[in-house]
Amino acid sequence: MRMTMVKALNSGLRIAMENDPKVLLMGEDVGRLGGVFRVTEGLQKDFGEGRVMDSPLAESAIVGTAVGLAFRGFRPVVEIQFDGFVYPAYDQIVSQVAKLHFRSRGRVRMPMVIRIPFGGGIGAVEHHSESPEGQFALTAGLKVVSCADPHDAHWMIQQAIASDDPVVFMEPKRRYWETGEVDTETAPAPLWESRVVRPGRDATVIAYGAMVKTCLDSARAAEDDGLDLEVIDLRTLSPLDLGPVVESVRRTGHAIVVHEAARTLGLGAEIAARITEECFYSLESPVQRVTGYDMPYPPSRAEHEFLPGLDRILDAVDRARAY
Amino acid sequence: MNQVNPAAHEVPFVQLLTPDGQRVTDAEHSFDGDRAAIEGLYRDLVMTRRVDVEAFALQRHGELGLWPPALGQEAAQVGSARALKAHDYAFPTYRDHGVAWARGVDPSLLLGVYRGTDLGGWDPADHQLALPNIIIGAQTLHATGYAMGLTLEGLVGTGDSERDSAVIAYFGDGATSEGDVSEALDWAAVHQAPVVFFCENNHYAISLPAANQSHVPIVQRAAGFGLPGVRVDGNDVLACHAVTQRALQRARDGQGPTLIEAVTYRMGAHTTSDDPSRYREAAEVAEWKAKDPIDRVRLLLEAEGTTPEFFADLSAEADALGVHLRQACQNMPEPDLAELFDHVFVESTVENQQQQAEYVAWRASIEGSVSA
Repeated sequence: MRMTMVKALNSGLRIAMENDPKVLLMGEDVGRLGGVFRVTEGLQKDFGEGRVMDSPLAESAIVGTAVGLAFRGFRPVVEIQFDGFVYPAYDQIVSQVAKLHFRSRGRVRMPMVIRIPFGGGIGAVEHHSESPEGQFALTAGLKVVSCADPHDAHWMIQQAIASDDPVVFMEPKRRYWETGEVDTETAPAPLWESRVVRPGRDATVIAYGAMVKTCLDSARAAEDDGLDLEVIDLRTLSPLDLGPVVESVRRTGHAIVVHEAARTLGLGAEIAARITEECFYSLESPVQRVTGYDMPYPPSRAEHEFLPGLDRILDAVDRARAY
Repeated sequence: MNQVNPAAHEVPFVQLLTPDGQRVTDAEHSFDGDRAAIEGLYRDLVMTRRVDVEAFALQRHGELGLWPPALGQEAAQVGSARALKAHDYAFPTYRDHGVAWARGVDPSLLLGVYRGTDLGGWDPADHQLALPNIIIGAQTLHATGYAMGLTLEGLVGTGDSERDSAVIAYFGDGATSEGDVSEALDWAAVHQAPVVFFCENNHYAISLPAANQSHVPIVQRAAGFGLPGVRVDGNDVLACHAVTQRALQRARDGQGPTLIEAVTYRMGAHTTSDDPSRYREAAEVAEWKAKDPIDRVRLLLEAEGTTPEFFADLSAEADALGVHLRQACQNMPEPDLAELFDHVFVESTVENQQQQAEYVAWRASIEGSVSA
């Protein structure tokens, strides 16, 4: 059936809560209001205030108390209201959530999901459009995933909750209200796999989150120029699953990595390095990066210039092929 | 300059045993144990101190890289931790060796963190005791979350003493400046979580005196968050036990959290790398030595007829513990980096496995070719 990503996440959360009484939702305004994006709408009414907790306004405490709940055997799913609000919780995420399993030599588990609506393109004020996923992807002990469409959102949130490792779940808020087909019956792809979302011959375009749709749009536009672009949705950012990427680049000879986060030391840098390691003799051009610029997120009237868009992506494809 | 007024921190505290070994009464708190119970606490104090003395010596002999002494804080740690039931849960700091002792942890397991062989030491589930946290104050939130979990599971206020449970969070005077501690106090109060916040005010956060850390006595912060605050003589094991027992019972009964400020003194350095003579006077240390937490219990027990054999036996037991610690320390297995890869995740990743294999292969390739 067709539904928005918000609804798909909501139904995924509902199923996870029905299946496991240890699953709890916590966060600012997630209860009575249903979250500022309504992802948790109706869940407190159906599962009660004990399992859907409106938390005081303190991100470190949201994650820190979730650590204690995980110690007790719960599976907390916490919502950080906006990407730029996660930093007060950064210490708890990096120093505790990521390290407790290791510190205890495997005796303590942190089966926690940290949901973060991320990315720009919605005309928001400062701190509401950021892409901090790289900072979590480079932290050993955390897993980081991002859904790109409603079907994946519905299934990936359930898979993340079922994971015994902590998962940072990046939700592309720009795509929250777009609808897509959700097959609630078919067994999903594993959480830790990337996927070719559009097969093509001429160049490989790699993206995740909101940029997957932008890249698909770019591929459709490129058809007019007779170009056949392959688009890969990474889905999992840590661990990275570059098997399909390597297979693709060995065929196409060109790789273009697209993300909203800043370029320097971004995920694109790691992906370019890995492609170089694995596809050195197949590459016909250096790996191209189409990213946000190395600046704090700009005022929203400038974000259309800041965010990778169709023109910049196609320009990168052209540069690669002309190399 | 800071307008620091240490006198403002001199507010009354609960005391049941004076430094010269006299029992005194308090309107709201009492220690109800018999002489045998006090002997038990005395044993805990003596053994905790021996752990500290031995570990300090092991550091000076180069067997440990570092050691944070609990010297002087034994009563606060032992008195509070002995008020816990087996099914209660504790979240300690890196200095709470007496808490680990009271929770039944083999004290040699405390040494691994400081020898560099481990990052923890025990299974928290075995002792209902989390691993010591080095990040200041972070564990107060964990304790609050754990306590919220107890409430969710219906383990609070049922009237069944075998069932009703509580949590204790340990932290120091320095930690009270951390945002996490304020957040924990606030959340615990809002959720009426069954948690006791036990602040060991040992007067120094490394070099910074407590009066520079908080403009008001720490105990007074409780009122602002809406929970009861109790100040206790942190060098009085009977008072620490009584005050904590009462607070824990309130928590188990569903009456919410309590903040306890135990006024004690860090007789040693912050760690073995520290030199406290740079920031405090010898006279101040001498003043606190006269308030030693162990001496006063011995005076009491001697006056109440504890036999010389008890003290002699305990001394021998402490000596045996010293031997055990020295041997265990030197026999600790070295950490194996190859094995540590196994503990990054529950479900290992391909990247993790590849790097593990890469390391193992590299190690095998140079075996015998370079000196360790």
